Amino acid sequence: MTDTAPAIELKGISKAFGPVQANKDISIRVMPGTIHGIIGENGAGKSTLMSILYGFYKADAGEIFISGKKTTIPDSQAAIAAGIGMVFQHFKLVENFTVLENVVLGAEDSGLLRPSLARARRELKSLAEEYELNVDPDALIEEVGVGMQQRVEILKALYRKADILILDEPTGVLTPAEADHLFRILENLKREGKTIILITHKLREIMDITDTVSVMRRGEMTATVKTAETNPAQLAELMVGRKVLLRVDKKPAEVGKKILEVKNLNVTDSQGVHRVKDVSFDIHAGEILGIAGVAGNGQSELLEVLGGYEKATGSIKVNGEEIDLTGAHSDGQSRRARGISHVPEDRQREGLIMDFHAWENTAFGYHHDARYQKSSILMDNAAIRRDTEEKMARFDVRPPNPQLAAKNFSGGNQQKIVLAREIERNPDLLLIGQPTRGVDIGAIEFIHQQIVALRDQGKAILLVSVELEEILSLSDRIAVMFDGKIMGERMPQDTNEKELGLLMAGMTAAPAGPVHQAVEAQLAHAGTNPSKEV
Amino acid sequence: MDVMPKWADVILIPLISILLAAILSAIVILAIGENPWEALKLMVSGALGSTYGWGYTLYYATNFIFTGLAVAIAFHARMFNIGGEGQALIGGLGVALACLFIPWPHWTLALLGAAVMAALFGAAWAAIPAFLQAKRGSHIVITTIMFNFIAAALLNYLLIGALKVPGSMEPATAKFPEATHLPSFQDMFNFGDTTFFRGAPANITFFVGLAACVALWALIWRTRLGYEIRSFGHSESAAKYAGISPTRIIMVSMLISGGLAGMMAINNVQGEAERLVLNAVEGAGFIGIAVALMGRSHPFGVLLAALLFGFLYQGGAELALWTSIPRELIIVIQALVILFTGALDNMVRMPLERLFLSMRRAKNEGRTI
Repeated sequence: MTDTAPAIELKGISKAFGPVQANKDISIRVMPGTIHGIIGENGAGKSTLMSILYGFYKADAGEIFISGKKTTIPDSQAAIAAGIGMVFQHFKLVENFTVLENVVLGAEDSGLLRPSLARARRELKSLAEEYELNVDPDALIEEVGVGMQQRVEILKALYRKADILILDEPTGVLTPAEADHLFRILENLKREGKTIILITHKLREIMDITDTVSVMRRGEMTATVKTAETNPAQLAELMVGRKVLLRVDKKPAEVGKKILEVKNLNVTDSQGVHRVKDVSFDIHAGEILGIAGVAGNGQSELLEVLGGYEKATGSIKVNGEEIDLTGAHSDGQSRRARGISHVPEDRQREGLIMDFHAWENTAFGYHHDARYQKSSILMDNAAIRRDTEEKMARFDVRPPNPQLAAKNFSGGNQQKIVLAREIERNPDLLLIGQPTRGVDIGAIEFIHQQIVALRDQGKAILLVSVELEEILSLSDRIAVMFDGKIMGERMPQDTNEKELGLLMAGMTAAPAGPVHQAVEAQLAHAGTNPSKEV
Repeated sequence: MDVMPKWADVILIPLISILLAAILSAIVILAIGENPWEALKLMVSGALGSTYGWGYTLYYATNFIFTGLAVAIAFHARMFNIGGEGQALIGGLGVALACLFIPWPHWTLALLGAAVMAALFGAAWAAIPAFLQAKRGSHIVITTIMFNFIAAALLNYLLIGALKVPGSMEPATAKFPEATHLPSFQDMFNFGDTTFFRGAPANITFFVGLAACVALWALIWRTRLGYEIRSFGHSESAAKYAGISPTRIIMVSMLISGGLAGMMAINNVQGEAERLVLNAVEGAGFIGIAVALMGRSHPFGVLLAALLFGFLYQGGAELALWTSIPRELIIVIQALVILFTGALDNMVRMPLERLFLSMRRAKNEGRTI
């Protein structure tokens, strides 16, 4: 092994964006025929490094060697020529083209399309046999599930003769069964001598599939280790720079009276798609109800209805009183007045105004509160600033500067600003969507503690997350949503990821054949397409 | 952390942009065989060299303050109100009706009444496109442009019909009664033997404009409504989450915008012409867009930009009067200023940001060593 050149070698790569040093003197060697994981928190510089490798950014300093040969990669064409293929987190597919057309797009043999398509069809067939990469070449992208879309992305790279495959957070939109299938494909690719770089923030994936793993923190490569010689706790520590609690400590729930009662809720969106189908559930005081499901199965709409900015039919009662689902009081202000606080799924689009100062964001949604008013029309900006300072101190927001614009905080600190605003309002019911999406491990720990603390104060909490691990560790009760319906409720101690994974794919019992195929058929049938959501 | 200090953003960038526009204008003037230095001197002395010049500069600036503020408040709600021209025309109609048909005892009351009518008429004219945008999703840019034409046609119709003085050949209303005449700067700054601003059209409306700047500043940055408008303008999805009604914000911000554009009419119709004539707005509604862009939608920025454009207007008129530089070239110069301050903003901003970054980095490194 010593005499083979590494498939990829990076030497001293540095890249700065303005005052931010995204990559600092990064060196890495990936041997051919291995799966190399790159793990790090959001903003650690993983994506920047891969973008340099794929020719999107030009490094300020450093060298790239492909198979021992020094290579410059000015653009993605050069990357493809060097045998590098990339599967992005957000797929780059033409929705109304067929699988075959997407594979050929940009790699046509000549001006005439037909010979290219014929060649691609043959090639796809042999690739499918070789790697278990089966796709229907004539299906339209918009009609196939996310799992297949991802396979099309992989096929696109292989069709362009990629020997090195980079996958950026590939399991974000997959059910556990689909993720397992993806990993099998990656194993097959590795066996055929392909080199794979897997970028992820999930420790479990790193442990399951990689041969070696590099840890990045704040733009620097802190360690590269053999996966077999490390463990999740050590990796987490390397990522964060201190010891991290990976488990949530919590007492058993002390369930009180019923706070939220949802009955036969139906939501049809503006395109006429039936998003939430006859959903009913309750949440009691002192209880966290976790809603698991692959993104795009109606959870977002459910939160929006409860938060007051999506219309619905059916009935929702808070503290025994009916709330307005369609009329003049079906807005966020009325919901807040009824004791519902909401940490939305997408803090950058909904929870915060990125150009506003932190203090302006602290009043956001509560700007009618008497404590923020100076007179009937003037706001008391000084009072809001004082309030922000206190909240920032209590929630350890860094830097604790109310004047800074929201966009200048890290993901975790942005989330803390939202959380502080919503929790400190002392709601009866807290809606919280994707509490730790794009949040670094250190902040995850803190946010989870806050959610549990709120529960222990006797509040009802509705938690929506696509991270199954998070659902399992935080929830007192778990409901699984699939295709707008609640497939079932489970107690966390009586279930496991496998069972929940099946429910997430709309199956109540394990199917006879290969699981991933059944899952996929089911998802395609339901027409859920999370990639459109993001 | 912001890339540049605030003063660089609000002062340095516009200054550099104006300088670039001036250089390019100088080249154009050279190309037609005139001396740019002489032209500049003529513009400055014509617009700022006498109280008479100032009287015109401030008159034009007053127009631009109102239309600039109108565009600025709409920008804060991410609405592009191109209809300032039409709203100001209809505002003029409101002023004319108020002045012609209500017997005002004194000009103060007439000013108040006419201002209210101007604002109401302008707001009403903006209300229809705003409603169409809020309820039907018809794009406000398209509808407000169309409403400019409708407003012009409507005024044509009225000024050759119902509002025309019987027997007159001119498409204009009758002269407003004496009691509605606003004090001009000449009346206001008359200290015995020396008369300032003699014959210039600037009038008390300029101070109304200043008050409007302060009021709008307070509205945007100090009130709950302003907070909601800015929230909506920055992120509609976030505004919905917070329970801020998009319909309400679109309607309210456009009503304020139309009202401000309409209020320009107390300057040009009541203050200067003292009757309503055809095409009274003379493009000030469109200049307002440039003024708002250059003023960064900040009321005080709008004030400064309006003064600059007032200077360009008056200086340009002087230039056309005293040199062989054609009137059209003045429009070229104004266009260059708009181009550099509005459209080519990033051309100046990017290099400047890089400069500040490298300066800061150098400073930081100096500290660590």
